[in-house]
Amino acid sequence: MLCIIDYGIGNLRSIEKALQAVGADVLRSDRPEDIMAADRVVLPGVGAFGACADEIRRRNLVDTIHEVVAHGTPLLGVCVGLQLLFDYSDEMGHHKGLGIIPGRVTRFLHSYATVPAGVEDDEEETPLLKIPHMGWNSIAPQRNSPLMHGLPESAHFYFVHSYHAIPEVEEDVLAYTHYGIHIPAIVHRNNVFGVQFHPEKSHNNGLTVLKNFAELNL
Amino acid sequence: MVAKRIIPCLDVDQGRVVKGVRFVDIIDAGDPVEQAKFYNDSGADELVFLDITATHERRGIMHEVVRKTADQVFIPLTVGGGLRSLEDMRAMLHAGADKVSLNSAALKNPEIITEGAQAFGSQCIVVAIDAKRINDNPLSWEVFTHGGRKSTGIDALAWAKEAEKRGAGELLVTSMDRDGTKDGYDIELLRHLHALVQIPVIASGGAGNLEHLKDGLLHGKADAVLAASIFHFREYTIEEAKSYLDEKGVRVRVS
Repeated sequence: MLCIIDYGIGNLRSIEKALQAVGADVLRSDRPEDIMAADRVVLPGVGAFGACADEIRRRNLVDTIHEVVAHGTPLLGVCVGLQLLFDYSDEMGHHKGLGIIPGRVTRFLHSYATVPAGVEDDEEETPLLKIPHMGWNSIAPQRNSPLMHGLPESAHFYFVHSYHAIPEVEEDVLAYTHYGIHIPAIVHRNNVFGVQFHPEKSHNNGLTVLKNFAELNL
Repeated sequence: MVAKRIIPCLDVDQGRVVKGVRFVDIIDAGDPVEQAKFYNDSGADELVFLDITATHERRGIMHEVVRKTADQVFIPLTVGGGLRSLEDMRAMLHAGADKVSLNSAALKNPEIITEGAQAFGSQCIVVAIDAKRINDNPLSWEVFTHGGRKSTGIDALAWAKEAEKRGAGELLVTSMDRDGTKDGYDIELLRHLHALVQIPVIASGGAGNLEHLKDGLLHGKADAVLAASIFHFREYTIEEAKSYLDEKGVRVRVS
């Protein structure tokens, strides 16, 4: 059974339906016993990092998540769920994360250099980076991973976020994407994975990643 | 960088897809869920449902359409039409929409943009603007409502800027002069918007062939193009559009 940790933030229907579409047996729950019993755990997250972290703490799920990770159960953080894996975020203050992957989360800067798509007939310009990073972007895998098995070359995924992770350890990044700067699109440490994009909105590539996660053999 | 997006738009009346030519000559074109699945499978980057149901009581039908669609279609879905309040937006997002599009309600009460952005995040809030050229002033556009029938006296560029300031995450701009004409997007309007706002602009109104899509994205510098009839009547497939744009140097999602 795959458990989506339902801590009261956002609409989990899409991710649930996408996981079911790839054959996963899905349960949505915030009960520690359900999360502990699962053989796969998905940590979702939308909106503000601080609000997500507070809600996880309020439901006393921090220890549960750490136990699941220590136990070796594959865990996948999605979007803000990826960000929550890190030590802290500076989104609207300073908010402590789960500290599972070393690093921090910070905001994109408008000043990051950007080259507009389709520059062929364009006059010279250096526009400001639009925030959030929203839309389809391609990823650049850094090494092979069962999570990315079967993806086409320069696979596109759907991103919506204004903050991004800065991992301390480069080896924790499975794939980067480029938006003004290189930011981690997929992170991985032991049995813990995180995707900054929304697999449930990324059509076939997203479903491939979810299927790979559901069928992961660590 | 992010790819330019191709977005088919489905007009839905009481749960059925219809197609609008200049917002009057409307014929039935099928089941929204089936159409959404078709576009999802053929490589559309996003989908827009525009609910044109006239009677308020029958608007609830749209929630079911959105729920069924979101359960089977794994690309972003925007729903607009008749959304008046935070509760209307919440219900649509809860049904499975990823974004909601506001039009006349935002003109009547601009504060609703801010409220929506604060409650759900800017990325969920699209402001739709129907703009028409002012005859005696060649580079000036006015906001119209009611499918282009009612003038508001509001300057479209000023309204676009205000919508951005109030928290809109994206603008969906339809040229009422071009809508249904198949003469191409209003490139000047798009270029003015591009110079003015920092949020993505979706071009709408006038697409009649693939070159128009390219022009909207390259010359108009739009982030996305919305098109209905050229896709609905299979004049071109999304795959054809993408491979044409790819060939012309526009960055699109092909993998």
